[in-house]
Amino acid sequence: MRVPLRWLEAMVPLPEDVEALAHRLTLAGLEVTDIERTGGDWDRVVVGRVLEVRPHPDADRLRLVTVDKGGEHQTVVCGASNVAAGQDIAFAPEGAMLTDPRTGTPRKLKKSRIRGVVSGGMVCSEAELGLSAEHEGILVLDTSRPPGTPLHDVLGDRVYVFDLTPNRADALCVLGVAREVSALTGAPLTPPEISTPRPGPAIEGRASVEIADPDLCRRFTLALIEDVEIAPSPAWMQERLTAAGMRPINNLVDITNYVMLELGQPVHAFDYDTVRDGHIIVRRAAPGETLTTLDGKTRQLDPDRLVIADPGGAIALAGVMGGLETEITDSTRNVLLEVANFEPAGVRRTARAFDLLSDAARRFAWGLPPEMPQVASARVCRLLAEYAGGRVAAGMVDSWPMREPGVTIRLRRSRIPQVLGMEIPPPAVRAALDGLGFEVEEADGTLTVGVPYWRRDVRVPDDLVEEVARIAGYDDLPAAPLAGAIPHHPPLPARELRERVRDLAAEAALYEVQTYSLLSDADLRAVTPAELRDAPLLKVRNPLGEARDTLRTSLRPGILRAAARNVARGARTVRLFEVGRSYHPASDSADGRPEEREAAVGLVVGVRLDRYGSPTEAGLDFFDAKATLEHVLAGLRVNPDFRPAAAFGLLEGRTAEVSVAGSAVGVLGQVHPETAAVFGVGQDAFLWELDLSALLEAAPGMTEPPAAVPLPRHPSAIEDFALLVGPDVLAQNLVREALGHPLVVEARVFDDYLLEDSDAPGEGEGARRSLGISVRYQARNRTLNENDIAKVRRTILKRFKANHGAVVRERA
Amino acid sequence: MKGRSGGTSAVLSALLLVRRPACFPSAFVTVSNPDSLLAPEEVAHAIAALRGLSEERDVDAWRTQHLGRKSRLMGSLRALGGLDRSRRAAVGRHLNEAKAQLGEALADKQAELKARRTQDLASLDVSLPGRPLPLGGLHPITRTERAVVAAFATMGFHVIEGPEVELEYYNFEALRIPADHPARDAMDTFYLDGPDGAAPLLLRTHTSPNQIRYMERHEPPIRLIAPGRTYRNEATDATHEWMITQTEVLAVDRGLTLAHLKGTLYEFARHLFGEDREIRFRCDYFPFVEPGVEVSISSPDGWIEILGAGMVHPEILANMGYDPEIYTGFAAGLGVERIAMLRHGIRDIRRFYENDLRFLRQF
Repeated sequence: MRVPLRWLEAMVPLPEDVEALAHRLTLAGLEVTDIERTGGDWDRVVVGRVLEVRPHPDADRLRLVTVDKGGEHQTVVCGASNVAAGQDIAFAPEGAMLTDPRTGTPRKLKKSRIRGVVSGGMVCSEAELGLSAEHEGILVLDTSRPPGTPLHDVLGDRVYVFDLTPNRADALCVLGVAREVSALTGAPLTPPEISTPRPGPAIEGRASVEIADPDLCRRFTLALIEDVEIAPSPAWMQERLTAAGMRPINNLVDITNYVMLELGQPVHAFDYDTVRDGHIIVRRAAPGETLTTLDGKTRQLDPDRLVIADPGGAIALAGVMGGLETEITDSTRNVLLEVANFEPAGVRRTARAFDLLSDAARRFAWGLPPEMPQVASARVCRLLAEYAGGRVAAGMVDSWPMREPGVTIRLRRSRIPQVLGMEIPPPAVRAALDGLGFEVEEADGTLTVGVPYWRRDVRVPDDLVEEVARIAGYDDLPAAPLAGAIPHHPPLPARELRERVRDLAAEAALYEVQTYSLLSDADLRAVTPAELRDAPLLKVRNPLGEARDTLRTSLRPGILRAAARNVARGARTVRLFEVGRSYHPASDSADGRPEEREAAVGLVVGVRLDRYGSPTEAGLDFFDAKATLEHVLAGLRVNPDFRPAAAFGLLEGRTAEVSVAGSAVGVLGQVHPETAAVFGVGQDAFLWELDLSALLEAAPGMTEPPAAVPLPRHPSAIEDFALLVGPDVLAQNLVREALGHPLVVEARVFDDYLLEDSDAPGEGEGARRSLGISVRYQARNRTLNENDIAKVRRTILKRFKANHGAVVRERA
Repeated sequence: MKGRSGGTSAVLSALLLVRRPACFPSAFVTVSNPDSLLAPEEVAHAIAALRGLSEERDVDAWRTQHLGRKSRLMGSLRALGGLDRSRRAAVGRHLNEAKAQLGEALADKQAELKARRTQDLASLDVSLPGRPLPLGGLHPITRTERAVVAAFATMGFHVIEGPEVELEYYNFEALRIPADHPARDAMDTFYLDGPDGAAPLLLRTHTSPNQIRYMERHEPPIRLIAPGRTYRNEATDATHEWMITQTEVLAVDRGLTLAHLKGTLYEFARHLFGEDREIRFRCDYFPFVEPGVEVSISSPDGWIEILGAGMVHPEILANMGYDPEIYTGFAAGLGVERIAMLRHGIRDIRRFYENDLRFLRQF
């Protein structure tokens, strides 16, 4: 909202420093986001007095004008015919910035010689000052300020631009801001004059109203103004409207807009002669009813919409926009003035449905007081009588079916420090409330406060506490440290796990990404197996676009796109992870909400770097990805199993299911090139996914502090085995087998290769792989001797052979 | 690639290597005649021989020969006990002198060899880069969220989390924002498609539903912080994202005031932005608090708005079953992106979700 300061000043005296006032208003809750200047800066342009006008010696149409520019006289050449001695004019000296009347762009005024006479300045037209296109004559000022006064002190205005909060419908007008200024500065408030003579014949019998739906229309008034003459509105009104951001049209339209900006109450003028029988019905629209609004569009209505109708049908969309049929035109003579109060939610709904959030609709939607229509109606009548020659009919039609009583709030004084944590001196409390128009009585430490009708946001005692605090200001509020018992902190294992995974993945040299929770459904389908593609997805009804219309069920699309983007920007090695939620429709949820599961995903793409960090020919592979996953899981102290598996979007033979304690918790594998291509990844990509919710279920103790194990006191022995195994044997199973023996404390793979024929003559087909397993023997209670170790070795080797067909390689 | 096991003896069968505990008892003792004393010339000769050596293994052999367990000298020393008491002292002194001389010469030689070994090392270009270790890192939003949580944790606030897909009740109605309330204009909402008649689901527009969800199930005192993603259906520019990470702060107890809110936020600001920070409140409006304030912190560039806050509206406390005459509370909601932008001097909020490694590596 824009409030021109000259307009504001007409209701309340303003302090010299309007920036400081803007700051105070902002602190008090009426945020001034900008202070604009209308017109130009008019730097160096001053008020000048024309002392003498003489003819130019060499040109008939030019004159030499001597100007008092504030103690100094200057003679300039002027071509305007309306210049005359004694006038106050806008004088621009050499070097001033003016508007070029031909191009409309700024231009610096230079000294010039016109037909042999040097001209050191200019007497300005409106066009040169950027005020209008008027360039015929000079602008003659109407001012009492002396020559030399900067022009912007005389002409133009400053405008507060407000960004108001929707509880303050009362402040959406010049009067509201003036009240606030008065409360903050103590300066007296002068509200506009609203009394109006009503000399015309009575309205009774000539106009009437019927409110059919009082739940949507709380009050409706009609006034009749006859014999108006459509003409331009007075210059001062046009200036104020323009400064406030409205285009002047004619006196009638301008006056209705002016009163809305002045008092905050929207009003609507009908051409009385087009309203059938002068009878207004305020009702819900009938199904299928239509209305052509002022903007020329025909609107389909339904019973959710409140309309203003006459016996022939709808003539306006209540509170939102008038109808074309009853519009004020140049030939309008008689005006039927509607000033009403509508239920805010209904207006907001209608305005949003038709995308017509006009100034009027916004004011209704924020909630206006039903007391206001009578005041605004009188004000419009007064101005129409004064500036449009109208004759106001005696009386008004006023239907106010549900009158609310005034609101009184009882506020204990002690509540103020109870809420604020500081005392506000009683005189300051009174001054703040009085200044804002509250009626205050005090007895026994309790204030009984009558709320002015325009403050519909003040309803409970704490609202008054805020009123007092915001006027007194929060600057003296102390910063008190918290005291008292610290509440119990229940553990949050899901969060602990997630944050731990983040740390571990970052340690594993992955960079964390955060990608959007909303994706395109095409992206999600690209990572969803065909048989699940028909499952319902969580779609947004009103998305920002197709690319962001579905809640993600997988973190895969996001990380693949992030990788592709980085590769496209030149990254040679891309190692990423994300930890976040995925969202899944849940048919069994009590409140209909989907299930939100925690997931983690890691991805490596690109090439390995050499000793100097330069990219090499070697690509990152499956085991680079696996290393990062293993690091995460080892850091969580869980022991995963990796088994060959098929998973959609991953390459068969290069995919593992990851399980913990027998439960599947994730996958690891090479991204199928077709899937990778969908997301713009052209290289081999390897990823893992962990379902953190499942992981937490499988290993609930994970986030507990681990119990320490005493260090072994007896020496251990290490033995390496070279085993000949079948191609399908999983190395992990042999390791597990060895670890199954109580005296084996560690077992790990140290080598794996396929045998050449020359390595293993005579060994059968299908057993052409050599696997090295290193085993550490140790007992907790004694030192193992040769015999102990031999016994363990025999047992393990027997199990290797029996359970896995693995035998120790004979020497060739 | 060949395995370590490639050339292993089959005799040892599976046993490729057993690292035995080392504890072999000495098997035999050499008995020497202590009378065969080392002549001083012999000692000098041995020392001269040592000085001529330049290989480490030759020096080791010399040591075995002259000072080893089986050397004449050591054998003689062991045999001392068998001598007459009258001779024992003189012979012993003589032998120990010889041992000291030999030992000293050996130490000199060893020091000489060691010094030469170090000198032989080629010098390095110490300015060459080290072997690179790959680096990873946390997203700036994660880092900032943790910093926020940690700051409040010092004041006894603990983390809770809630759903991102919410019911209108928790996101709006319970927070005093009924249908068609104009406050909804500032919170353009994503709604999910759903069956007709079912309660509409939406993506939460703020973390404030956590207040209600927690208060429904707990009694005061409460001090919580609830971080998480929130969503607004609005166009994106350098300062607006449609998905942002918010953090809700809520405290409810006897005797809490707006001054406690200020004190808490003051501590928070000092944690995140350093000492010498000031907090300024200005009146603002959020339907679920009364009074409501916009909070700014001081900075060298002036006041910077960082969050909205206020005292929990007494109606909400009453709805939760708390007596608002006894209990008061404060709440705040802060944008993690905004804090991160201020901490790191990030100018464009859209950087966070582009996930460009050149950006991510900076944190």
